[in-house]
Amino acid sequence: MSFDFLFDPSVRWVLAGSILIGVSSGVLGSFALLRRRSLMGDAVAHAALPGVAVAFMLAGTRSLPLMLLGALVAGLLGAFFIQSVIKHTRIKEDTALGLILSVFFAFGIVLLTQIQHSGAGGQAGLDKYLFGQAAALVGSDVQLMAVSAAVVCVIAMLLFKEFKLLCFDPGFARGIGFSPKVLDGMMMFLIVVTVVIGMQSVGVVLMAAMLIIPAASARFWTDRLNLMVMLAALFGALSGAVGTLLSTVGLQLPTGPLIVLAASAVFAVSMLLAPGRGILARVTRHISLKGRVAKENALRDFYELAEACDCWDAEATAAELAASRGIRAGAMISTLRKLIREGLVAEAGGRFRLKDKGLAEAYAITRRHRLWEMFLMHEGQLGSDHVHRDADEIEHHMPPKLEAELEQLLAFQGIEMKLPPSVHPIEAREVE
Amino acid sequence: MLLDSIWIVLTGALVAGSCAMLGSFLVLRRMAMLGDAISHAVLPGLVIAFLISGSRGSLGMFVGAVAFGLLTAFLVQFLTRRGIQNDAALGVAFTFLFALGVLLVSLYGSQVDLDLDCVLYGEIAYTPFDLLFFGDASFGPRPLWINGALFVVNMLLVFLLYKQFKISSFDPGMAAAVGINVTAMHYLLMGLVSVTVVGAFESVGAILVVALLIVPPAAAYLLTDRLAPMIAIAIGIGALSSLLGYLMAQALDASIAGSIAMLCGLFFLLAFLFSPSHGILSRILARRSLSVKIAVEDALLWAARRREGEEAEVFARSEMLSELEQPASRLRMALARLKRAGFISRRNGGFVLTPAGKSAATDLLRRHRLYESYLGDIGYPTDHIHDSADREEHFLSPGLARMIESEVGERDEDPQGKPIPDTRDA
Repeated sequence: MSFDFLFDPSVRWVLAGSILIGVSSGVLGSFALLRRRSLMGDAVAHAALPGVAVAFMLAGTRSLPLMLLGALVAGLLGAFFIQSVIKHTRIKEDTALGLILSVFFAFGIVLLTQIQHSGAGGQAGLDKYLFGQAAALVGSDVQLMAVSAAVVCVIAMLLFKEFKLLCFDPGFARGIGFSPKVLDGMMMFLIVVTVVIGMQSVGVVLMAAMLIIPAASARFWTDRLNLMVMLAALFGALSGAVGTLLSTVGLQLPTGPLIVLAASAVFAVSMLLAPGRGILARVTRHISLKGRVAKENALRDFYELAEACDCWDAEATAAELAASRGIRAGAMISTLRKLIREGLVAEAGGRFRLKDKGLAEAYAITRRHRLWEMFLMHEGQLGSDHVHRDADEIEHHMPPKLEAELEQLLAFQGIEMKLPPSVHPIEAREVE
Repeated sequence: MLLDSIWIVLTGALVAGSCAMLGSFLVLRRMAMLGDAISHAVLPGLVIAFLISGSRGSLGMFVGAVAFGLLTAFLVQFLTRRGIQNDAALGVAFTFLFALGVLLVSLYGSQVDLDLDCVLYGEIAYTPFDLLFFGDASFGPRPLWINGALFVVNMLLVFLLYKQFKISSFDPGMAAAVGINVTAMHYLLMGLVSVTVVGAFESVGAILVVALLIVPPAAAYLLTDRLAPMIAIAIGIGALSSLLGYLMAQALDASIAGSIAMLCGLFFLLAFLFSPSHGILSRILARRSLSVKIAVEDALLWAARRREGEEAEVFARSEMLSELEQPASRLRMALARLKRAGFISRRNGGFVLTPAGKSAATDLLRRHRLYESYLGDIGYPTDHIHDSADREEHFLSPGLARMIESEVGERDEDPQGKPIPDTRDA
């Protein structure tokens, strides 16, 4: 494959246009995602069709500026109708979206078939409209699109702080003197403009994807809006570039699906690999947590066993320990192996016992466990803001005062730790 | 020719009927966009089925479509569980599958005799030419048979599982509690939507089938509060749209499917504006008639207070207009209504209360002051009592007024020292 086409100026324009569209839909898509307006792009793109058809009928030819204008008007009208159906009836958002989307689109189809049947030429260009064919766009078209996309990005950046407020705390925005209604309208307008421009290369049907997928991919990587917007723009640009290049070379495939598939690939990678929210990270976290819990449980079992006979060097077989917890002996053996490797447990002839370091650890774990039991018994009504927090987190952050109080309670209940953390009291103090 | 038209309209009506039935549940469960998503996402299933079986209209088509329809529903569920909000999950899933489908069509379209136009808009006009043969005997158009069978299947399932569908739509928690497998019902509905969408594909296309799924049920939802009538109305609207849409398409020489969908939209618009219970117009009218009712009561109260002041029995309209804080036009309307009801009559260029009017006015005054007394009793600040009573007295139901009366008991004066008239006096 040769890369000569990259030096073709028209290809470069098309590429630049697709990248800019990717950037602007990534940016606006992030806001749309956070405002739970993701599917609005789908509805607006469909709703724009009659506007395109009317513009074509009026101009009698395929004039991009006029068609963009028609699409813009129809798109805004569709968005307005969706809002008013939601506001004035008991119909919910999803139905309102589907309703306006399909009826407007049907109207567009009726007009288009009328144009076709009446024999007006140039409908080949209109067909491209549905699936996008970036390669078929001429230079001046692309320039117009690129400039509009750039303008949308700049406006969105200028209003970044306001949009951020609108996404996260509309009430506060109102409080400091912004009108959420005006801001929302502004955002909606920018979304419609982005959709209308993007439709040229991605097509009516798949424009929704450009608003949703890059933003949803970016969401995996970060919790910060600034970063999310930048990543979404990057992902959008990347998908735009890859899709356009694939469409330009070789098979003359429609651009829209290729861009969407490129974006989907980015999404899949994000979903798998993103740190924190990615599937891989979650699985790893889950496995390591499970391992830690198993180890701590085994240590506590050891401690309680020793406590029961009041002898610090109690021994047990893996089967005995496993039976006391009701798990398979095999699982217990692998946990014990890990503990041996960490120098906490010693083995002799199939019997295991705690080493000094292990006993100290087991003491600390058992103590923490009993403190928590005490806490739950006495302060069982956790505040609602604490319930969702990871219990592990709290465990590491137990305030010293609470710890002291719980220890008193423990003593008051007559629950005392029979075994010291170590046979050597001095060592024990060090561990403490 | 007429027979051809009948075949087309009948096929359209059957498609619309199936869609309306399933769409009603989609609308109620707030899953309308999932219907949209499925209608797009079955495309790769169709192409793959074509590529494997090499023929159109085979059973493989339905299998492929159901597989991808359920895959969509599953994918959405999967992504939602991964912490992606529902609308975004939907968008990601269906655009990805649809893009895949479009790409497959572009790559292999020439081999499988499937073009995008047909998938997108369908061609219901070809219905009469696509005949079903057994041996040499023709049994009428094939799409008619397919969609008729789908209609019967949908009807049967909805009828048999009506209660299950209903409960799991309105109250999934309760459905689970009474032992209905909500997940199974969900996927059954999604499967039915997929099959129906595929059956409808050839006739109305991928995007317009969405209109049939969503728009008639949405219109019906504004016309009734009960599920069974909603489904019936939705089917009716769909069928009627099929007939009128066909006629419109003939007149305009435009897409039949598009026209049918537009007609659905028109019916929705009518329901949106004129529905007796949920229409915009009827709500405006209700608000208007409420404000006139308030003006009527205010006018009567004003006349009653005037009587207390022992002013002249005859009052001029201008007098009332200047003293009451209500738009003049509304007060004129109120006066006209009072006159028609026989509560006032003309005398010497002004108005007087008739005996019926006097009794009604005293009634109102009594109610007003009893309510003020009640507000005083529950410790409402005295300086706010009048304004509050002025506003709220119009909304007291007769039952509530009676309860307040017995709560306040026999009393001669309200908290401001004004007499509470006894209705027996009038």
